[in-house]
Amino acid sequence: MAGSLFRQTMHELSIMQSALDQVLEQARQAGANRVHAIRLRIGALSGVVPNALQFAFEALADGTPAKGAKLIIEDVPARFWCATCKQEFKATRMFAECPGCHHPSAELRAGREMELISLEVD
Amino acid sequence: MCKECGCGLPGENPVGISAHHHDHDHEHGHDHGHHHRHSHTHSHETSVGEHRTLEVRRAILDKNDRLAERNRGFFHAHGLLVLNVLSSPGSGKTTFIRETIRSLGKKLKTGVIVGDLATDNDAERLRKSGAPVVQITTGTVCHLEAEMVAHALDHLDMNGLDLLVIENVGNLVCPASYDLGEDLRVVLLSVTEGEDKPLKYPPMFQSAGVAVISKMDLASACDYDRQTAMANLQRLTPKAQVFETSAKTGQGMEAWCDFLVQQHKKLKTRNPLAA
Repeated sequence: MAGSLFRQTMHELSIMQSALDQVLEQARQAGANRVHAIRLRIGALSGVVPNALQFAFEALADGTPAKGAKLIIEDVPARFWCATCKQEFKATRMFAECPGCHHPSAELRAGREMELISLEVD
Repeated sequence: MCKECGCGLPGENPVGISAHHHDHDHEHGHDHGHHHRHSHTHSHETSVGEHRTLEVRRAILDKNDRLAERNRGFFHAHGLLVLNVLSSPGSGKTTFIRETIRSLGKKLKTGVIVGDLATDNDAERLRKSGAPVVQITTGTVCHLEAEMVAHALDHLDMNGLDLLVIENVGNLVCPASYDLGEDLRVVLLSVTEGEDKPLKYPPMFQSAGVAVISKMDLASACDYDRQTAMANLQRLTPKAQVFETSAKTGQGMEAWCDFLVQQHKKLKTRNPLAA
């Protein structure tokens, strides 16, 4: 199957395959015929490139009920908690450095997400 | 939105934690005999025009995350401290692990699981240290997954082990996404690679609990800028403990091994009933 061939070339393929497995299982359980849209949340520090996911999706969805579905990827920026300023800050260039006090933060609050949020089916 | 638990609001479920454990009644419009468990996977339906929306809200690598948690429970029950050692190819992971085993001596009995694309050369080199070693040949898969580690455990002599070192495939991108059930992520950065390596691979360095600078004996030969390297690590992963080492000269190996002994002691204190 295409999945096992492609998953070896870049990790977005293997991650997309995991997402697609869940999508097809959910669609099957709901008795759906086709998947029209898939919504994902991908964090800036997840290590996954959204464009590569799109490419992987097109390759992997071929021949499945998800073929041609719209892949909607919501980007989640990296956010840290600054214990000194007692507030969250959005990371610039993924640095864990508070823009207010320039102290480093050891607490990542968001940015590693790789989630399947929802799908549209009929 | 789910009537039973009120889920379905954006940003409500923590990342990587799989949803809930109650059962739902689904309408199944298919006629095959299915055995899937509904305790884990459920979706909530709402209709939008003629399309239905199925809310899922689940980590994409949910399956790996769950297997990693199972590994973690198994490791803790055995009183094992587990390291996931990561770096680019050629940073000196194998030599560093071999010298760690040698320096630890009898302080911690160590076993190794080593992932490699094709050869078992690293495993052979590590076996010379006398430690039990299991090789996972990943073929062309560029990272280890929790399931591969679980299978490798079947072949590892766990008797009396205190420390398990998992040498991941040499790669600073893909393995960052896969939890193996380790206690500590150890990322190696050799002085020959350039001080800006952490800036090029933020997800990997950000996830590290320990950063090891390796090949310190080559620092002056390659004009290694220590200050910049440290500043870059601090910017990306301020929580990580940093060790500057040379497996060749032994520099920094004692401090690193003392740290491991301390970590193992902490684990035993937390979990006194472990084997």
